Amino acid sequence: MTIPLSGPFSGSLSRRDCLKAAVFSSLLSVPGTGALAAAQTGPRRLLLIELNGGNDGLNTVVPYADPLYAKLRPRLAIPRDAVLQLDEHMGLHPELAALMPMFQQRELAVVQGLGYAQSNRSHFRSIEIWDTATDADVIGQDGWLSRIDPQQQFGRRFAADAVVIGRNPKPASGDDMQPVVMTDTRSFVSESRGVQALEASSENPALRRILAVQRDIESAGHALTAQRPQPAGEFPQGAFGRDAREAARLLIGDPATPVVKIALTGFDTHAGQLGRQQALLRQLGDTLAALKTAFTAAGIWSDVLVLTYSEFGRRVQENGSGGTDHGKAAPHFVLGGRVRGGLLGEAPALAKLDDGDVTPTLDYRCLYNAVLGRWWAAGEAQIEPARYRALDLLRA
Amino acid sequence: MRTSANADSDADARHLLRRIGFDPGPLGDEPPESATMTVLIDREVDRAAGRRQAATPPPDWVGEPVELPFADQGLDEQARRELRRKWMRRYGELQAWWLREMLETPAPLAERMTLFWAGRFTSSYRNVRWGQLLYRQNAMLRRHALGCYDQLLHELIRDPAMLLYLNGQQNRKNEPNENFARELLELFTLGEGHYTEADIRDAARAFTGAKLSPPQGDVELKARQHDDGRKTVLGKSGNFDGDDVVDIILGQPRAAEFVVENLWREFVSPQPDAGAVKALAAGFRRDWRIAPLLKSLLGRPELLTQARQGTLVKSPVEFVVGTARQLDLPTTPMSLALAAGRMGQRLFDPPNVKGWPRGEDWITSEWLLQRRQFVLALAGDLPTPTDEVDDDGPGTKEPGMRKAAKRPMRRQGLAVQRRFGEVGEALPPRGPELELLAFAPVLPPVEGAKPPDRLQTWLLDPVYQLK
Repeated sequence: MTIPLSGPFSGSLSRRDCLKAAVFSSLLSVPGTGALAAAQTGPRRLLLIELNGGNDGLNTVVPYADPLYAKLRPRLAIPRDAVLQLDEHMGLHPELAALMPMFQQRELAVVQGLGYAQSNRSHFRSIEIWDTATDADVIGQDGWLSRIDPQQQFGRRFAADAVVIGRNPKPASGDDMQPVVMTDTRSFVSESRGVQALEASSENPALRRILAVQRDIESAGHALTAQRPQPAGEFPQGAFGRDAREAARLLIGDPATPVVKIALTGFDTHAGQLGRQQALLRQLGDTLAALKTAFTAAGIWSDVLVLTYSEFGRRVQENGSGGTDHGKAAPHFVLGGRVRGGLLGEAPALAKLDDGDVTPTLDYRCLYNAVLGRWWAAGEAQIEPARYRALDLLRA
Repeated sequence: MRTSANADSDADARHLLRRIGFDPGPLGDEPPESATMTVLIDREVDRAAGRRQAATPPPDWVGEPVELPFADQGLDEQARRELRRKWMRRYGELQAWWLREMLETPAPLAERMTLFWAGRFTSSYRNVRWGQLLYRQNAMLRRHALGCYDQLLHELIRDPAMLLYLNGQQNRKNEPNENFARELLELFTLGEGHYTEADIRDAARAFTGAKLSPPQGDVELKARQHDDGRKTVLGKSGNFDGDDVVDIILGQPRAAEFVVENLWREFVSPQPDAGAVKALAAGFRRDWRIAPLLKSLLGRPELLTQARQGTLVKSPVEFVVGTARQLDLPTTPMSLALAAGRMGQRLFDPPNVKGWPRGEDWITSEWLLQRRQFVLALAGDLPTPTDEVDDDGPGTKEPGMRKAAKRPMRRQGLAVQRRFGEVGEALPPRGPELELLAFAPVLPPVEGAKPPDRLQTWLLDPVYQLK
């Protein structure tokens, strides 16, 4: 089997050669805990997608067979015959049609009921809880991804530990991880122009930090302007499609970073939800499909895990303005060539609501522990693994 | 440029003023008549302590009545949009009000202390929503900023913005809400490890029944919702109310140390000296007067040795206000408030109950680039930033501001650039960077650079982030 490689070393390479090269290079590098896992193929990358505003899970993964669904949402329910059936109870919003082939190929896991105890309905607080992986009443300092030390994990350096395109760098910010943050790559490249990477060191920790961040800016700016392979295929129009394309560009080939976070904004649908969510889900579905195309063409679909998250789901009962207010649990998507696809977790029990909301049945940290403990095999970085058992969503 | 026999003490005066106020300015001015450090500290502290209210007139709506709830429910789409627009406009006006006071005040330490307390005893416009109440909280914080700490705490527990921000309204007899009590002990006064969960539970009971009463928005105690049972807080038992809890907190030796440590980090160094903190705290808890504490703290020899090494990071507000003050730039308060917001510090809107980031946390790739953008724009090397700001800041994306405001903003941007050029041209060929920077620049000088370019290089230097 041959896989095409594009970029500076374009040509083709057999899978076996790739493996051999990777094994050798990992022997030469310092083997961290993750280095062995990474030795199988390239470094295992993560693309995190924040659905900002609180996506309405019930109209994303629809319990179409439950009569209560249509009853509680007289104006907002997705008609049963429009739903894309995942099984005899649940189905996807019709605008997510692009995800169906992935679901059928079992590369898309739909994880239901994600949330946490004592849900907080504030956007700011709830996303902070998700980002720092704490209980609802604990204020966390560090993002959950910073629980790994990238250099140790991957046994090598990247242009950036993590890149955050758009809002909210929290999940990748911590003592061992400083993300390079950019509103968008184009302005980052222009803003970083002229930033000097001084090799100088200093006794002064504050100055040392400034110099280090300047070096990160410079190397990320450099990596972004360098001749990186271009992602194959078309991405949807608009800011989110553009950010996703940039994310793919950073991850394919020799990755500029192992972790990228992007965000799709606008899910706070208190009014006029139908049309707004429809447009957002279309962007999301089409972009996820475009990412798969790009990653597959680059030969790294099995080396990427794509994960969505959001601060909360929305209330079950629609409000008076054709929208929904802040709720609790919601389903999320995990995609990749190594994902064991299917419907995971419990379907929303509309007869047993928690104060009018879908009850969280699966703590979000079980999902994070699958990333930390299984995807990266960084067992010690997991969050209370005995309490939040890592989800089994990866193929062996 | 003055030539002074007192070059060293001039430099130290600058270090001190930069540490306890904003960058001293305007650049090239005489420093305060060769005063000793002690005289200088006394003068700055006394001046700040005497300034118990702002001179800048507040927005004209700060006296408007307050209704609860903040009624945006049940409005139609159009009315909601208008309410939101008004809400955002007022947010901007409030920020600009405070920023103008910072730009014009003769007592910068009063602003730094008000900002210090606002970053500790946090409330956010986003949650409180009533600008009147945020203004009122700011006035309260500045009244006590260098006054008496015990009085400040007693005022804080009846501050209406705080009541709304930390769910005091929901704290009722038999249904206590612990939010305020928890933060009061954990983040505001003692710190983790100096109280128990049981202390929080009973302290919350002591605060039950406080209600905001419209239209003045005063906080009143509703006897029927107040839990008048016996409570045990930090080892003391009785039928306590909120004021009793404050007094019990003040009885803890940790209470004074907590304030002193935080002030030490604000003004002296990232790592407080435990022995010195204990000694200062012992004096402080005798009468809780902040001004004498500050005089002792700012007089510590560490302050100058640390300042000469630039071991503290300027906050965004210090960065923009200091730059505008020392270069005497004709920037508008609003443009500076927005710039500080882009660097991570939105006035009246700390990101969470812990307050704004501090120290090295200000140094991220995004915020560092924003500081850089700000400096580039001063020199006209960028289009002046207009209204495109981060997506979640109230007041930062005001519709209607776009077109109408662009022209004046452009004109103002040009005036700033002109002034920046003039200051740059007027600088002497040698040495002015040492008035701007805590120590020598780390960026290499640009060969053959025009004077304004030299000025810009110094403001872009990593050392310019430090104080």
